[in-house]
Amino acid sequence: MFAQIEEYFRLEKMPHIWCPGCGHGIVLGAMARAIKQLGYDQDKTVVVSGIGCSARASGYLDFNTLHTTHGRALAFATGIKLADPELNIFVVMGDGDCTAIGGNHFIHAARRNIDLNAVVFNNNIYGMTGGQYSPTTPQNKRATTAPYRTIERNFDLAELAKSAGATFVGRGTAYHAKMLTDLIVNGAKNKGFSVVEAISQCPTSYGRRNKMGDPVDMIKWQKEQAVNIKAAGNMTQEQLGDKFLIGVLHQDEAPEYTETYQEIIDRAQGTVKK
Amino acid sequence: MTEVKDFGRLMQGNEACAEGALAAGTKFFAGYPITPSTEIAEILAEKLPQVGGKFIQMEDEIGGMAAVIGASLTGLKSITATSGPGFSLKQENLGFAVMAEVPCVVVNVQRGGPSTGVPTSPAQGDVMQARWGTHGDHPIIALTPVSVKETYELTIKAFNLSEKFRTPVILLMDEVIGHMRERVQLPKQGEFEVVERKKPQVGPEQYYPYRDDGTGVPPMASFGEGYRHHVTGLVHDETGFPSNKPEMVKKVLDRLHKKISDHLDEIIMAEETNLEDAEVMIFAYGSVARSAKKAVNILRKNGVKAGLFRPITIWPFPSTKLQEHFNRIKKVVVPEMNMGQLVGEVERAAAGKSIVTPLNRYDGELITPVEIVEKVQEVL
Ligand SMILES: Cc1ncc(C[n+]2csc(CCOP(=O)(O)OP(=O)(O)O)c2C)c(N)n1
Ligand code: SF4
Repeated sequence: MFAQIEEYFRLEKMPHIWCPGCGHGIVLGAMARAIKQLGYDQDKTVVVSGIGCSARASGYLDFNTLHTTHGRALAFATGIKLADPELNIFVVMGDGDCTAIGGNHFIHAARRNIDLNAVVFNNNIYGMTGGQYSPTTPQNKRATTAPYRTIERNFDLAELAKSAGATFVGRGTAYHAKMLTDLIVNGAKNKGFSVVEAISQCPTSYGRRNKMGDPVDMIKWQKEQAVNIKAAGNMTQEQLGDKFLIGVLHQDEAPEYTETYQEIIDRAQGTVKK
Repeated sequence: MTEVKDFGRLMQGNEACAEGALAAGTKFFAGYPITPSTEIAEILAEKLPQVGGKFIQMEDEIGGMAAVIGASLTGLKSITATSGPGFSLKQENLGFAVMAEVPCVVVNVQRGGPSTGVPTSPAQGDVMQARWGTHGDHPIIALTPVSVKETYELTIKAFNLSEKFRTPVILLMDEVIGHMRERVQLPKQGEFEVVERKKPQVGPEQYYPYRDDGTGVPPMASFGEGYRHHVTGLVHDETGFPSNKPEMVKKVLDRLHKKISDHLDEIIMAEETNLEDAEVMIFAYGSVARSAKKAVNILRKNGVKAGLFRPITIWPFPSTKLQEHFNRIKKVVVPEMNMGQLVGEVERAAAGKSIVTPLNRYDGELITPVEIVEKVQEVL
């Protein structure tokens, strides 16, 4: 299976830094398969990432890759896309990267509907720095900075993306890797800002502390807690309980930023009437 | 046919900066509005699309700096403009540009600080922030214009230096220079140098994005050109991939510094007026240098042999140029619109050979020629 996507990896950069049982490798694999399906030219594809365990993904991939500063990946990517709208851009972020320090860039990229494909590796924790709570850590969980349990309410990342204006929002999990690939493919085909939230597991800094068992248990948890949005319609609120939805959660149409900017250029250059 | 005489045009400093950027070939601006720099953004918002360039108002200055770096990595000459509070926000990514060697120009039209301070008053309080604002040991280039015309010229120069040395360059203006209007005759395209970044001369297989080609400045491929490579703010080896080997860390930091310090003759600019026979030197930059020039004239009329040293490049600091004078000139007055920032560097260069006296104003008012004259008379 790996053979099909091997060409997209910088094999000399392996082994990767991720812990055994970490979900990030599965999400990265799903992303590589998606790019394979999309058939994008490697030279015309850019992977931008922030800072975190997830963000290390960019270094393992054989595209134009940019490992930026914590939270700012989307802002760097905005500059790249605007500079050359022909490029296919994937933006890899962790949940903290994307919704805490980078929350402002996230909502504004969505509002602009700029054609970037955000893939958010959501493990509900700050993995790289050893397990501090993030904006997506649910209430009543343990983190190194929440020794008495978390009291803050968590973001629903997909809802946030949708309300901010993203024109494609999907959610998958490391367990549902095939679906994740499909979501990333569909997100990339959407001309506008696309968000795919990939539920990943961090056994080292989250699972252990919250008694979620070993990585296999954490993956099982994803399988059991996830409800396909297509099935959710037939379920009662009670049945849904604290489960989460996966699949294409939102899709609509809006003018894409770089295309609209091209109209501005045409108008300013007098190639079309003011 | 009667000859049409070119009387030039009335132009504001910020406008000259925007025009200089366009003349240098900029195709990208990203930033966030802040007094007294906003006109630069406003003018480029109008003019960039006319030349096929791109303008974007980002959600904050952090994003502005990030987008500028992204665009530059994609091959566009890129610029952002701000003032004190926004300059602080740009610092983390400014450091990224130093580390990843991404050419770009960062304009700071200084206003009174700290914090929101005095938005509409001139100041020179960010001199040290320009030098040490981002974390870690790093080289930086900062230029300070004295007039509207020079703002135009130095904006072009800032781009040239940034492209040549693959480094961010700071144009440190102040509110007076930014908002002042002067009649200027600008050089025509072709009458000034425009530098483009060095591109790889080898194929993608042989390309190492951070390999020193002997000049200290590695050739730079853009994203999308077929030279797939990795860019990171982590210390990296010549392939661009992270390394924390002590010898690699040292090697990278040494090269980053040396590519600047080995070319000081190309980077350091200063104007020297009446220093040949001077008994007292006034050291002044930016709008204060305008008053200093008048002060020199007044002093000379009164028989005092005064001269002016005006650094145009303040970082790297022009120590060597300055030291040439300290064998002879034993008195130096350093007026600054801050509580004394660059004066420390002058003292360091003087190394006890000359007596250095500061003259500071930090109330949002300009330092007048008379104040400088009085200070000179006091020290003589
Ligand atoms: C400005 C800044 N603040 C803090 C950090 C430290 N830091 C590095 S990664 C990280 C959190 C990463 O968590 P997340 O984004 O959820 O990704 P994960 O590691 O879990 O994949 C933090 C706080 C930093 N590098 N930069
Ligand atoms: S700390 Fe967590 S997120 Fe980071 S590599 Fe280990 S398991 Fe993965």
